[in-house]
Amino acid sequence: MKMLNQEEAKRVCDKVMALSKADECRVQISGNRRGNIRYARNSVSTAGLVENTQLTVSVAFGKRQGTASVNEFDDKSLEKAVRRAEEVARLAPENPEFVPAIKTQLYKGSNTYSAATAAIDPEYRAEVAAQSINSARKKGLVAAGFFSDSTGFETVANSNGVFGYQTLTNLGFTVTTRTEDGRGSGWVTRSANDAAKFDAREASDVAIEKALKSVDAKALEPGRYTVILEPAATSEIIGRMFGAFDARQADEGRSFLSKKGGGNRLGEKLFDEQVNLWADPWNTDVPVLAWDNASMLARERTDVIKGGKIESLDYTQYWAQKQDKRAFGRHGNMIMSGGGKSTEELIASTKKGVLVTRTWYIRMVDPQSLLLTGLTRDGTFYIENGKIKHPIKNFRFNESPVTMLNNIDELGKPVVIGGDEVRFQMMIPPMKVRDFNFTSLSDAV
Amino acid sequence: MERRSFLKVGAAAGGSLLIPVFGNAIAAEELLNPMAVQFKKSLADAAMNAATKAGASYCDVRIGRYLNQFITTRDLNVENIVNTESSGVGVRVIAGGAYGFCSTNVMTLDSVAEAARQAVAIARANAKLQSEPVQLAPVKGVGDVAWATPFKKDWRTVPIKEKAEMLIAANKAGMDAGANFMQSMLFQVNQQKYFASTDGSYIDQDMHRLWSPLTATAVDKATNRFRTRDGLSSPVSMGYEFFDAKPENKFKAAGGVTTLYKGAYDLIEDARAAGRQAREKLTAKSVEPGKYDLVLSPEHLFLTIHESVGHATELDRVLGYEANYAGTSFATLDKWQSKKFKYGSERVNFVADRTTSGSLACVGYDDEGVPAKRWDIIKDGILVNYQATRDQAHVIGEKESQGCSYADSWSSVQFQRMPNVSLQAGKKPLTPDDMIKDVKKGIYILGRGSFSIDQQRYNFQFGGQLYFEIKNGKITNPLEDVAYQSNTQEFWNACSALCDERDWRMGGSFFDGKGQPSQVSCVSHGSPTTRFNGINVINTARKIG
Repeated sequence: MKMLNQEEAKRVCDKVMALSKADECRVQISGNRRGNIRYARNSVSTAGLVENTQLTVSVAFGKRQGTASVNEFDDKSLEKAVRRAEEVARLAPENPEFVPAIKTQLYKGSNTYSAATAAIDPEYRAEVAAQSINSARKKGLVAAGFFSDSTGFETVANSNGVFGYQTLTNLGFTVTTRTEDGRGSGWVTRSANDAAKFDAREASDVAIEKALKSVDAKALEPGRYTVILEPAATSEIIGRMFGAFDARQADEGRSFLSKKGGGNRLGEKLFDEQVNLWADPWNTDVPVLAWDNASMLARERTDVIKGGKIESLDYTQYWAQKQDKRAFGRHGNMIMSGGGKSTEELIASTKKGVLVTRTWYIRMVDPQSLLLTGLTRDGTFYIENGKIKHPIKNFRFNESPVTMLNNIDELGKPVVIGGDEVRFQMMIPPMKVRDFNFTSLSDAV
Repeated sequence: MERRSFLKVGAAAGGSLLIPVFGNAIAAEELLNPMAVQFKKSLADAAMNAATKAGASYCDVRIGRYLNQFITTRDLNVENIVNTESSGVGVRVIAGGAYGFCSTNVMTLDSVAEAARQAVAIARANAKLQSEPVQLAPVKGVGDVAWATPFKKDWRTVPIKEKAEMLIAANKAGMDAGANFMQSMLFQVNQQKYFASTDGSYIDQDMHRLWSPLTATAVDKATNRFRTRDGLSSPVSMGYEFFDAKPENKFKAAGGVTTLYKGAYDLIEDARAAGRQAREKLTAKSVEPGKYDLVLSPEHLFLTIHESVGHATELDRVLGYEANYAGTSFATLDKWQSKKFKYGSERVNFVADRTTSGSLACVGYDDEGVPAKRWDIIKDGILVNYQATRDQAHVIGEKESQGCSYADSWSSVQFQRMPNVSLQAGKKPLTPDDMIKDVKKGIYILGRGSFSIDQQRYNFQFGGQLYFEIKNGKITNPLEDVAYQSNTQEFWNACSALCDERDWRMGGSFFDGKGQPSQVSCVSHGSPTTRFNGINVINTARKIG
């Protein structure tokens, strides 16, 4: 199936909705081409290309809803999908929380497409791997990395007249570079919509430098330290916090944003006043789809935390209706303000502290306080009098992002960072944070 | 490492558009019509002929049909019922000493032949950057064979209404018992896999798996506290008879603190206990940090086993293939070669196994056509082996593969995934109650909680669902805010007692993630209730603004 342009996508959506005999019909089509190359031990291990276009149709009879999906687009297959959705809807029990299809939305397009990324081919991917491997080999190091790119489109429509179409591109790159004896390891991550903003050699060199510098790490006692957290080290910590911004959870008493006695903490100052976080689908560095596929609601530029205060919570359509609030599209990105300093400049102004490259295997320990545990990895260093003094062994931390964002000393210049287990595209600064809680040592390199 | 892809299923509630995560949604009655074996064989032959003609020295073909049904409920409402199907063909070749892989969802002779030719072209491109040719351990072709998960009741034939009613009844039981909120889900999986290779195998397999997780949440608005208790069941590889628990499938945990299950599960009974215990947790005593003897129930210990032994002994991690993502391993080849690396105390015996009925990784053949087997990983505390695929066997001096190859979809390339890795029961008669009699200062932990381990599978921290203080040989009161920290070698060397075979049970992980692009697999880990002396316990309670 080739990528559909806007007119073709509209034609398919209209055809599907015309086939439906249900009270309402919703359609989503996602098409993409994803390429990747993976390497390890300085050698390519796998390379792949997957192309797929999938149509999902959801129909409702009253409060009974059914969903079906196909990746074939001939008339017979489209009809089959609609009939299947109708069959599932008839089998499903009524959902008392069913919300009718939304009315027409204004989708203000965002610049999510780059011709340079769409032009990536197998040779480009092989060149990324070759540059990374060759740079590592020259230094006697061993590289393991992964590069992936995607080009595609999204379209949504419903029987109330909603229609949206947008093209998207993206790329992601990570490489871990290790010394042959396994005593040193460095890592880097890059993410972009536009391939013109990506340089495999520059990125690989960062991992190489960290690997060389991290050999012979010394043990530092666990405890509370001033830390300089690179953006990759905090993206997963901060990203996990936003799951608890669900208004329903807060109102029902199941969130750190629940208020004693009932209600939520909207408007309360819970963080350092330097903390400003917002979502903006039109941000030129981390542009995302102008709507949220699940609800089809348009996204909006929204302050989430402003001057340390909780500025907004996430409302599903059902909960918004129940609480007499307005729902809008679930955020696709998260942007945090910072200063103008680089990570190096934050180090230069630090008397004693720990530089963290990356955090790993972060899991929720206590949703009441948002206590998370995880580890540092691939480049942890001790800072003294404004300079990296020596590498140190990795730590396990037990820390809450709420505490962390209350202990900010200084913020650096925000950079684009792709999430691993977090759903947001992010742009966040490196942070200098005091009293970060390292609870044990890890011998892992 | 457990990933969260399944959460997307439950996220699309309240009238929003659902996007199935594992395939295309289909009507229930269509689930029961398998593809004809002869048709699959003809597709496989077309791919293998095209690959060898294009110059491949080896080719395998996997034809998959993956059927899933997910039911998600919240309180007394059914949020979603989704049937999904995904079918297609994956072709893997070796050409020029390198692997190539290509997949297609178009099930025609021409399309699979074209995929095979593309796989050869990719292999040739990869060969330029290859440092040494792929070496496959020999596998004897088995001709036309079939294998299926043994089951009594096919989940595909149970009416949706009956399943939804069971989940709602469980939620109601939990709420009646003290929970303010209940969530329960039912994941049902059928993998129909056909494997053929130029070694002369045509293997048709039919796998069935189930999981029914639940969470009870209790809230105290006056104190602004909330606590949860998850279900104590495990995912299984069996039929819907799993939910027909008889008295012989139920037994009391040590001290009678809760009911546990073996071989079948009473979802409603466990939900009721979860509702009550979630509320009790609101007022449980907060743990004093320090060193404790831990008595760990199999429903809890399986996850510690999974992370600290299962992943640590994967040979691809040991060799560095996962270095950029899931990590490497502290259990390096030199430790294995020394034949004296003390992974654990002499009581500790781990067996890798793909043959135990009901276990999630139980198959007839792996995704390289290697027959299922069982072998020692840790014997009398010593690291004696790893988990390997055909291309890794020579590294550890094995003459044949251990059958650890798996792909989560027809469209994914197969690679090394863990078999069931299980701790063997103690040889002397010992019950959990007997074990606790010897504990002066300890904690009894049940159920899976938070989990985290470093990238070489060494430093870890685990929590659970239920914690009970043990003082002078007796369980005294429930505890909260408990997590234990250790490193893998110290922990397993602190193993001081194992209950006997009567107490041996399997836990399991349904969504274990690894690889780039990431794939999920599922695996069981068995153990008896086991004691570990002098483990560091931290208090996880925190106050925030």
